[in-house]
Amino acid sequence: MSGRAENMIQLIDVSKEYKMADSCRVALQHINLTISEGEYIGILGLNQSGKSTLARLLNGLLKPTTGQVLINGMATDSPQEIRQIRQLLGMVFQNPDNQLICPVVEEEIAFGPENLGLPPEEVNKRVDWALELVGMQEMRYHAPHLLSGGQKQKVALASVLAMQPRYLVLDEPTSMLDPLSRREILEHLCRINQENHITIILISHHPEDLLDAKRLILLHEGSIYMQGTPKEVFKDMEKLKAIGLKRPGLYQLIQQVEEEGYRIDDNIKTIPQLVEMICRI
Amino acid sequence: MSNIIDIKDLSYVYLPGTPYEQQALKDINMVLNQGELLGLFGGNGSGKSTLAKLLNGLLYPSRGKVRVCGIDTSIKELRNELWKKVGLVFQYPEQQIFEANIYDEVAYGPRNLGLKEAEVKSRVYQALEKVGLLPETLVNLSPVKLSGGVRRRIAIAGVLALEPEILILDEPMAGLDPLGQELMLDIIKKRQEMGTQSTIIISHNLKDIIALADKIAILEKGSLLFYGEVAELLENIDILSRFHLELPDYLQVVYALKARGKRTNRDISNLDEAGLELIQIISSQKGN
Repeated sequence: MSGRAENMIQLIDVSKEYKMADSCRVALQHINLTISEGEYIGILGLNQSGKSTLARLLNGLLKPTTGQVLINGMATDSPQEIRQIRQLLGMVFQNPDNQLICPVVEEEIAFGPENLGLPPEEVNKRVDWALELVGMQEMRYHAPHLLSGGQKQKVALASVLAMQPRYLVLDEPTSMLDPLSRREILEHLCRINQENHITIILISHHPEDLLDAKRLILLHEGSIYMQGTPKEVFKDMEKLKAIGLKRPGLYQLIQQVEEEGYRIDDNIKTIPQLVEMICRI
Repeated sequence: MSNIIDIKDLSYVYLPGTPYEQQALKDINMVLNQGELLGLFGGNGSGKSTLAKLLNGLLYPSRGKVRVCGIDTSIKELRNELWKKVGLVFQYPEQQIFEANIYDEVAYGPRNLGLKEAEVKSRVYQALEKVGLLPETLVNLSPVKLSGGVRRRIAIAGVLALEPEILILDEPMAGLDPLGQELMLDIIKKRQEMGTQSTIIISHNLKDIIALADKIAILEKGSLLFYGEVAELLENIDILSRFHLELPDYLQVVYALKARGKRTNRDISNLDEAGLELIQIISSQKGN
């Protein structure tokens, strides 16, 4: 391997097996993947495809059985570097109730920065910044457990952002949310990626969640099955069908129209946008 | 008896007279006929789950009346009778499985009804079949070894084995992957095809509900924003303008065209037809 690669995540021939009493299950096999700082990555796969294992390998909650996971050149199986890795890479999980611990929103968000040993002024600044980023300033003094599901997930997101990570890994962060809260979270992720240049790695089994990704990685039975822009991946209907995935209706429409010889702009992300664009042709 | 559910001027207030007082439902009026499938749609905190608990007498109305299968749900003495008729499956029911094997799990309810073991057995087998599981291969397995989607179907079978007249499912699709969601849709459709049993599906996903329901109720902050047949909802531009991104994909196309004042040429009932419509619009615009 050539030196330490800064500013990127590298998975080098990573496999992960879970050993049980009398059997062994392979969750991931021979994954090679490089994610550069600033990217917006979507990871798609059905249950048991290895998505959550991948997420937990990235911040060292799990160690690879073989191969290496490097975050800015630091290996996740090195005890000396794990602290620094977890400062670089923040995680948001499916159920916000599992990661909220403080009685007041403000304390919840200050918890991480305080543990970094930052001075109170800096902690305060970060709490302000993180609350503003997710649009929750007015909830600063509320109790997290009395908030709605969508609001809780925003608090969980803010508390991770307050650590100012370079990489943000989100494992099914919208699956407990109603459609409105879901769209809000996805919009925040886009902004955080574009304006704050934080790398987003968003994991979901719903293709619709991942349309903002610049690169979509499709996992199937522990291997990378397909990879490309959402448009490229969702073009190949047969290949998706073979593993039981349906593509978003938007991409069926785009393909139908493009087969008639009209070119649809890559920026189109919703059906109303598509209809509007077509009405203007 | 054709009205299986009859709700009149129903209001519900949590913790009345305390600083935490909260009106969860306001002046709800609703009637459901036997055999119909009602889709109850609303965002987080709209009052959906409160309404479900009022339907099977877990909560009593603060004001108004709820009658289910002719039973007034606020009469305590009739609650056992009510619970035999209304089966409620909570959100994430797989978390409340507790028996050591699948047979005992599904048999728990029927045994509590005091049925003979032969009758219990036939109900368990029928219920497992209804949720698409093969009873013979499964009954002795431990539920903990199965995936979340299968465990959820077992939990639902446990309620189906009570043979309720009304089945209420709170967010049956939540957290399932697309494959699991399709299986759940099939289970619900099959029940509907039987024709005489009623089902209520609570969901924050309008797409699922439109695909299944005869009637749709939309709750918002405790008030009934809309109640009627699916076709009526699709004609109601005011309501749709607020929820159009929640519609199934082909209806999103129809709505977007309508909202831009475009006349659509034919009845569009699926995504292929919606695509053809778009192509036709492009070619007619090029022609002009």
